[in-house]
Amino acid sequence: MADRVGMEVSVAIGEAAKQANVDVIAAYPITPQTHIVEHLAELVANGELDAAYIPVESEHSAMSACLGSAAVGARTFTATAGQGLELMHEVLYVASSMRLPVVMAVANRALSSPLSVWGDHSDAMAVRDTGWIQLFTENGQEVVDNVFCAFRIAEDPKVLLPVMIHLDGFHLSHVIEPITFPDQSKVDKFLPVNNYPLPLHPDKPVTMGDFAPPIIYPEAKWAQEVNLRASKETILKCWREFADIFGHQYHPVEHYHSEKAKTLLLTMGSFSETAMTAIDKMRGEGRDVGLVRLRLWRPFPFEEIRQAVENAETLIVVDRALSFGGPGGPVCSEVRSALYGQAKKPKVVSFVSGIGGRDISVDDFEAIINRGIEISQKGSPNEFEIFGVRE
Amino acid sequence: MPKRKPKSEGEMTWRDLEIGAIVTEPGNASRYKTGDWRSQRPTYDFKKCIKCGLCQIFCPEGCIYQNKEGHFEADMYYCKGCGICSRECPTGVITMVEEKE
Repeated sequence: MADRVGMEVSVAIGEAAKQANVDVIAAYPITPQTHIVEHLAELVANGELDAAYIPVESEHSAMSACLGSAAVGARTFTATAGQGLELMHEVLYVASSMRLPVVMAVANRALSSPLSVWGDHSDAMAVRDTGWIQLFTENGQEVVDNVFCAFRIAEDPKVLLPVMIHLDGFHLSHVIEPITFPDQSKVDKFLPVNNYPLPLHPDKPVTMGDFAPPIIYPEAKWAQEVNLRASKETILKCWREFADIFGHQYHPVEHYHSEKAKTLLLTMGSFSETAMTAIDKMRGEGRDVGLVRLRLWRPFPFEEIRQAVENAETLIVVDRALSFGGPGGPVCSEVRSALYGQAKKPKVVSFVSGIGGRDISVDDFEAIINRGIEISQKGSPNEFEIFGVRE
Repeated sequence: MPKRKPKSEGEMTWRDLEIGAIVTEPGNASRYKTGDWRSQRPTYDFKKCIKCGLCQIFCPEGCIYQNKEGHFEADMYYCKGCGICSRECPTGVITMVEEKE
């Protein structure tokens, strides 16, 4: 195992993509993703990475170029954030529907207007239903590890789906963290050459993204849905194999003092690390609280979530995105519907906080938990509460 | 990929589709009968035809061929009845009429 180095997480993602031996990068720079693609452009320009870097005129073009590149069987990487992800929107569906194993890092950013370059999960939630496998990460090591896992999952012949790796803009993308990079020989073994089964090739012409009249479209979509759901098995297998070789084990749902706790907090992304500190503090004061962190967002880990929270009395979900006029935070509404039919389930309380880069401090998490318990006992007239907004 | 017995689109289940609904048989769009869309059909007065081929050039469907006499006419399996050939014909060979069926 190589040395542990201090490195900006964005730069580390570029290094991981290099170790993953990507063939093509098509990207358009946007804050807070910029350092990822800047570093990759540098690696290619310096001859350190033998890949084609396609500087495109927009994110729509970036994803379109990625489709073409993945369609010929090239290992393809890109990254974006916020408005850039929104501009890609329609092409995201095409990538998953054509079953092209593109890997994309998303440095999560709030959406305009008002303009905000800072982080939240609005961009991710808006592309929830695009058919991509979606992972949320908490720290730099996780992002790096999951770049390797993402390619292995995406290119698995049983899967062949694009993968989004979400990391919080600035809160994670721009921090310098200690990161261990694996030996190149181990990465090469873990990530064999991409062998896309039906690539575009003049010798064997195929039509991708063809016209489907009503007589066949529903069959095509159902095949896609079955495939995305089934990908969970490969994702779990990949994470187990990754742990065997590299020593870090990932799960779709992570537990932190949650097994027996009466009150559970549920978070997604890098704020989970602050939440852990809050849990430590409260447990130190004798409070019966625990934390559940959701890592795999799509396909949604129904069983794991149900198991993780079934013994709790109260489950407090903190979302970092609004679903305007809807039932609460998007994560919370999915967790709620996953639990709805269960005989044994906690009361679920929805909070939205930390949008547009606003911090959620340890004290804030503590206040959210206390208020959540209060709502669970006394009820609330609202579908959800926003935390930390000045009245 | 195992070689599958070809099925018509109406018989195929989701399991029969290639990954991503990729079509592996080149040119199978030729089986799609776009002539079904037609509400008007071209009729011809070939006495006026000067065999210039402008209708063939303008046809957006690419379904106009030259018959044995050298006149240009549309293949009714594909002709959508748009009437562009009728509009472009310099000698007024083509008249569009209501499709009865």
